[in-house]
Amino acid sequence: MRKGPIIITAAVALFFVISWIIKSGGAPEGSSSYDAIAEGFWLTFAAFLTLAILSFLYKDNPFYKFAEHLYVGVSAAYWMSLGFWTTLVANLFPRISMTLSEWFQVEFISYQYHFWVPPILGVLLLMRLSPKGGWLSRWALAFIVGTTAGLNLPRFLRSDFIEQISSTMLPILVNWQGFGDFFTNFSLSASGQFVSIVSNFLVVLGVLCGIIYFFFSKEHKGAFGAASRFGIWVLMVTFGASFGYTVMGRISLLVGRLTFLLDDWLGIISG
Amino acid sequence: MTNIGVIISMVFIFGGLLAIMIYSLRGKDIDRRIIFLFVFISVATSVIFNVEFKEYPTVIVKKVFDKIESLPPGSKVLISFDFDPAMKPEVFPMANAFVRHCLVKGHKIYLMTIWATGQALMNETVETVIKEEFPDAVYGEDYVTLGFKAGGVGVLNVIITDFRKMYPTDEHGTSLDSIPLFAEVKSAKDLDLVLPIGGGQPGPKEWILFIGDPGDVPIAPGLAAVVAPLIYPYYPKQAIGLLGGVKGAAEYESLLRQVYPQFQDVPAPALRMMGPQTMAHIVIMAFIVIGNITYFRSRRRGAE
Repeated sequence: MRKGPIIITAAVALFFVISWIIKSGGAPEGSSSYDAIAEGFWLTFAAFLTLAILSFLYKDNPFYKFAEHLYVGVSAAYWMSLGFWTTLVANLFPRISMTLSEWFQVEFISYQYHFWVPPILGVLLLMRLSPKGGWLSRWALAFIVGTTAGLNLPRFLRSDFIEQISSTMLPILVNWQGFGDFFTNFSLSASGQFVSIVSNFLVVLGVLCGIIYFFFSKEHKGAFGAASRFGIWVLMVTFGASFGYTVMGRISLLVGRLTFLLDDWLGIISG
Repeated sequence: MTNIGVIISMVFIFGGLLAIMIYSLRGKDIDRRIIFLFVFISVATSVIFNVEFKEYPTVIVKKVFDKIESLPPGSKVLISFDFDPAMKPEVFPMANAFVRHCLVKGHKIYLMTIWATGQALMNETVETVIKEEFPDAVYGEDYVTLGFKAGGVGVLNVIITDFRKMYPTDEHGTSLDSIPLFAEVKSAKDLDLVLPIGGGQPGPKEWILFIGDPGDVPIAPGLAAVVAPLIYPYYPKQAIGLLGGVKGAAEYESLLRQVYPQFQDVPAPALRMMGPQTMAHIVIMAFIVIGNITYFRSRRRGAE
């Protein structure tokens, strides 16, 4: 085995232990020595995982791989155990079994036999793991697909289609009381008449031109072509806004992690 | 000391950017890790030297604030923590600001989550905000925690008709029938305002589709930045206002401090985050400009 990885691993381990010892000494007053040692360990471990993930920016490495695999495993286990306690124990057992309710110390509600359907479908779904009974999982899957489509269709049709069309039908002239009134009360405030008129006009024009861009049954020439080009511009502005927001989101995460490293771990800044 | 630190970091960052521009104009490629390094330095120095800027609330954020202000004391407000630790830096400040605002106005708050990872964060708000800053708030009378239920939109589809079918008990196993806050609440339609906070699926969009529109319940989402542009089309009809990313959270914190001076000394993490945000954005924009200058220059040379 090469010496490089051994030296790096040893250095990281040494750094980890030093940090653990230092952070264990900084526990709040009144906490026991065990709590202080545990607190020091978890704080150091969190800092190690943060640095391990960030190390990917330099290049792929075993520390990153370890942190990534740990994250995936812990997340899956967390979701599963929380799902068990909040759904099966809290919602299902009190309706299908008095014995199980007593076992898990939850209040029994009443026998409701239709509540047997979900666990049966759940078992059918798990049959996918069986080489011979795999086809049974299709029944449960069909139920999931059918109910999801059935639930979503009316909701999306109303909120994402009808309501959106209605929201686009905006007055181009907001509170219009003539040119004189418009110019004497002219204001550039965000909620003012001028900004509302411009904003409504842009929404209507943007939606129309955006739709024209995706209309391929007519050649994009002349006035139609100009509207289509404006539609592209609208789309580009949308993508730019999305990109800007994404950058802001990612920077927020970096700030969050750096605040943790510099405040909670190293204590350089005060929270 | 802080000002000197900021000046030194500025000189270092902008001097470095100038050097990179000269380097790239000579036709040499810049390693992507150099860009990471500059973003890292700009954020780290701003965090260390606590660079802060004044925030001016925008109309879309102010509408959420005004809605909570206009509700009569005792109104029923549901806050849903539909996010995970990865989204925490940008949306957790919104959740805490909403909780502070609702409690100071005397509203009754219902806390829940349709994300498993939201439960621990919801409890963090209870411990660090409600119990510490509002010690007089009584569980069950002023606030209640419903916790997490699996099922995503299925959960929403049930609570729009009956809370008790999905939540026979609260997070601690107490029957909803014995909780005073649920005496007049049968379904989500009985709520006066819903504040879903998150950025994934199921999240604020599903709250609009499955609760806001069918139940005619006012919705004001707090959004992670990546999904904010997708929710803007629902404003102002289907969402009365919204908070987009850490900028929205900072504007809300600033409004809260303006209207309620007692919150001046309360931590405002989103406001603190805007300094590093601004610096990082300046660096990223500088790199975009450098990249474009280099591109057009190389294209012109190619044409010659």
